[in-house]
Amino acid sequence: MGGVINAVIQPEPPGLMLAQIQNGPTQMVSGNIFEGLLRYSPKLEPLPELAESWSVSEDAKTYTFKLRKGVTWHDGKPFTAADVLFSIEMLKQTHARARNNLAQVDKVEAPDDYTVVFTLKQPFGPFLGIFEVGSMPMVPKHLYEGTDWKTNAYNNAPVGTGPFMFKEWQKGSFIRLVKNPNYYEKGKPYIDEIYWQIIPDAAARSVAYETGKVDVLPGGSVENFDVPRLSKLKDTCVTGAGWEFFSPLAWLWLNNRQGPLADKRVRQAIMFAIDRDFAKDVIWNGLGKVATGPSASTIKYYTADVPKYPYDPAKAKALLKEAGYKGEKIRLLPLAYGETWQRWGEAVKQNLMDVGMNIETIATDVAGGNQKIGDWDYDIAFTYLYQYGDPALGVGRNYVSSAIAKGQVFNNVEGYSNPEIDKLFADGAVATPDSKRKEIYEKAQKILVEDVPVAWMLELQFPTIMRCKVKNLITTGIGVNDGFKDAWLDK
Amino acid sequence: MLSFVAQRVVKGVIVLLAIVVLNFFLIRLAPGDPAAVMAGEAGASDQIFVKQLREKFGLDKPLPEQLFIYVKGVVTLDLGFSFRQQAPVAKLIGERLPATLLLTLTAFAISLIAGVLFGTFAARFAGTFLDTAITVFALIFYAMPIFWVALMGILLFSVTMDWLPSFGYETVGANLTGLAHAADVGAHLIMPAMTLGLFFMATYTRMTRASMLEVKRLDFVKTARAKGLSDAVIQRRHVLRNALLPVVTLAGVHAGTLIGGAVITETVFAWPGIGRLMYDALLQRDYNLLLGVFVTCSIMVLIFNLITDLVYRLVDPRIEFAS
Repeated sequence: MGGVINAVIQPEPPGLMLAQIQNGPTQMVSGNIFEGLLRYSPKLEPLPELAESWSVSEDAKTYTFKLRKGVTWHDGKPFTAADVLFSIEMLKQTHARARNNLAQVDKVEAPDDYTVVFTLKQPFGPFLGIFEVGSMPMVPKHLYEGTDWKTNAYNNAPVGTGPFMFKEWQKGSFIRLVKNPNYYEKGKPYIDEIYWQIIPDAAARSVAYETGKVDVLPGGSVENFDVPRLSKLKDTCVTGAGWEFFSPLAWLWLNNRQGPLADKRVRQAIMFAIDRDFAKDVIWNGLGKVATGPSASTIKYYTADVPKYPYDPAKAKALLKEAGYKGEKIRLLPLAYGETWQRWGEAVKQNLMDVGMNIETIATDVAGGNQKIGDWDYDIAFTYLYQYGDPALGVGRNYVSSAIAKGQVFNNVEGYSNPEIDKLFADGAVATPDSKRKEIYEKAQKILVEDVPVAWMLELQFPTIMRCKVKNLITTGIGVNDGFKDAWLDK
Repeated sequence: MLSFVAQRVVKGVIVLLAIVVLNFFLIRLAPGDPAAVMAGEAGASDQIFVKQLREKFGLDKPLPEQLFIYVKGVVTLDLGFSFRQQAPVAKLIGERLPATLLLTLTAFAISLIAGVLFGTFAARFAGTFLDTAITVFALIFYAMPIFWVALMGILLFSVTMDWLPSFGYETVGANLTGLAHAADVGAHLIMPAMTLGLFFMATYTRMTRASMLEVKRLDFVKTARAKGLSDAVIQRRHVLRNALLPVVTLAGVHAGTLIGGAVITETVFAWPGIGRLMYDALLQRDYNLLLGVFVTCSIMVLIFNLITDLVYRLVDPRIEFAS
C-alpha cells in the first residue's frame, strides 16, 4: 500500500472551499478533503459517510441521522452535530443548490452530539439524495463561526474530515494532498499523496499522460478525439463509471417565447432534423447515448416510453412547411467548452440548414454565453446540466413555470409554461410512495417530449482514463468527485 | 539624466492611470459578470444567490463609484481582492510574476542576442548561401504561430525523444534544492523560452540584417574603410552600433507583445505565470484580478520603455536626454 497518484485537474479551481465554490474542479479536489453525511452507490442508493445510519418517520416528514463517533477535523477537533447545524446555516447562504434542496426543511435539531433530526414541511421524495459532499459539504464550525466567511484564511488551506488533507498549492502548477493519518476508517486511505497537476492545454494533458507524468485523466480532461488513442496505450484502463449521480445531459435551449421557435412544430422539426447518432459516433467518438427526453436513463423514474424523434430530415421539412416557416434568421449559440463542442455546434448548424433553416452562429465565451441565455437573448443555445439522480432535484427546475426568472441561467430559460407540467412536478416532489412518484414523472416525461420545450441531444459520458495499476478509484456513483479514499496502487 | 528619468516616471504614472480607467470600462463592456459565471458554475442560480454575489463583488454600486474605489485602491498600491480566488490580487500576482519574468526575460535575451548575431552574419555574408539560409529560417519562425511551434516542440523533444519535460515549471514532487533545482527549472524552461524567443528572434534577425545593409552603404563607413580600419572593427564599431538603433526601438515595443505571447506559451507548457492568470481571470470575469494583471503588465512595459530610452543613449552617445 501507499504511493502517489498524479491526476490532472482542469481548469485550475478558483478555490477549494467547497461550501463557497461549487464548480467542477473544486469538487474534484475538495471531495478528498471534505465529506458529506452520505455518499451514493452507482445505483444511487444512499451509503454511510459521516452519518453511519438514518431513519425516516412513518409520515416521511422526519429524518434522523446518527453521526459516526470518533471523527475528527484535520486539526484534531471532534466532528459533532453542532458542525452539521452550522454547515446547513452557512450553505443556505453560500450554496444555491443546497438552499433549493433545503427549501422543504422546516427545522434541523441536534438532540445530542451525534444525532441530527430534520423535520420537513411536507414529505419530499428525493430528500435522502441531497447529502453528497458536493451538494452538502460539512464545514468546521470552530474555524468559521463568527468570521467573515468569504475572506476566512481557511478558504485557502481548507480543513475537513476527509481521507486526505490539504498540504500545498503552487498556483498554476499543482495542488498537493496528503493522507489523513487519523482517518476514521482504519487503514484508509491507502494512498500517501495525491498531486493534482494543473495543465491548461488539452493536447498538453494528453502528452502528460502519454509520457507517464500523470496517472489519472478524470472525465473531460482530454479532447474526445484523443480518448480512443490514449485508451489503446499500454497499461491503460478506461471507465465510464462514476457519473451516475450527476448524469450529465446535453440539450439545446430553444427560446419558446419568440419567432418561429414559439411554434411547437418548429421545435419538433429541430428534433427530427438533427442527426444525434452522428453526433454521438463522430463528434463524441461513440461515447454517450442518444437522449430520449428530459431525464437521463441513469436517474430515477426514467422511461423510454415517450414519443420518438429519429433523424428524419423529410419529416422536419414537412413540419417546418406546415408551421409556415419562411427562412427567418435563427441565432445559434455554441458552448465555449473546447473543440468537441465547437464541432458539435457546426454539425447542428449543418443539420438545421439542410432542412432549410436560416442559422447564424453567434460566437461567445462561457461568461458571455451565460449572460445572453439568462437575458433570453438567443434562439438556440447549447448546454449540458447535471441531474443529481432525481427529477425533483435536477429536471423540474428546467421546465416548471415558477423557474422562469430573467437574468439567471440554468432555470427555465426557454420560457416553457404548461400548468399541467407545473402540477406534475409539484406533486412528484412530495408524493408517496415511490410508485406514485414514478407514475407522475413518467407522465411528465411524455408530455415534455411531445412539446419539445428544449431539444435533448445526448446523455454525455466522460470516461476516466488511468493506468491499470490504479485500483478502486471509482467506487460510487459520484466517482472521482467523491475522493480517492478507496483507491490503491498495484505494485 | 536623473531629471529625464523623473520626468518619464511622472509621465508613466499618468499613462498608467489612463490605462486603469480605460481598462476598467473595457472589461465591463464584455457581456457576463463574475456573478453570472459563478452562478453558472454552481449549476444553480436564483435571484438571492446572484444578488448576494453582486453585492459581494461590489457590482451593485454605480459604475463611477466602483471606478473611484478601484482607482483609490491602485493609488494606495492596493490592487483589491479577488473574490473568485479568495485572495488579495497583489498576492496572486506576486506568486506568478517571477515565473513570467523568468520566461519572458530568457526569451527576450535569446531572441535579442541570437537575432542580432544571425542578422549580423546575414548582412556580413549578404547574397551568399549562409544569408539565404538564415533568412529562410527566420521567415519560417516568423510565419509559424507560437502555439504550433510549441506543440511540435513537445512532440519532438518530449514525446519522441524524451529529452525535455513537456509541461510545468519544475518536476512536481521531486523536492529538489540548490543546483539540482536550478537545473530542473532550466530543463523545463528551455522549450517555452525557445518557442517564445524564436518568433522574436526572427524579427530581430531580419531587422538587424536590413538595417546593417543600409548603414553599410553610408559615407562614414567608406571613410572608415579609407582610414584603413579592419573589417571586423568597421562591422562592430561603425555598422552594427548604428544599425542597432531600430532594433532597440523594436525591442522596446516588443516588451508588451512578449507578454501577449507569454499567454499562449504559458498555456501550452503549463507554465505558472501571469499570462495564464490573466487568461483565467478574463474567462471568469474576475475584474479585480484582470485589472491587477493589466496594471502589472503596463508597469512592466513602461519600465521596458524607460530602459529602451536609456539604452539608446548607450548605443548612440549623440542622443541627448531632453530635460
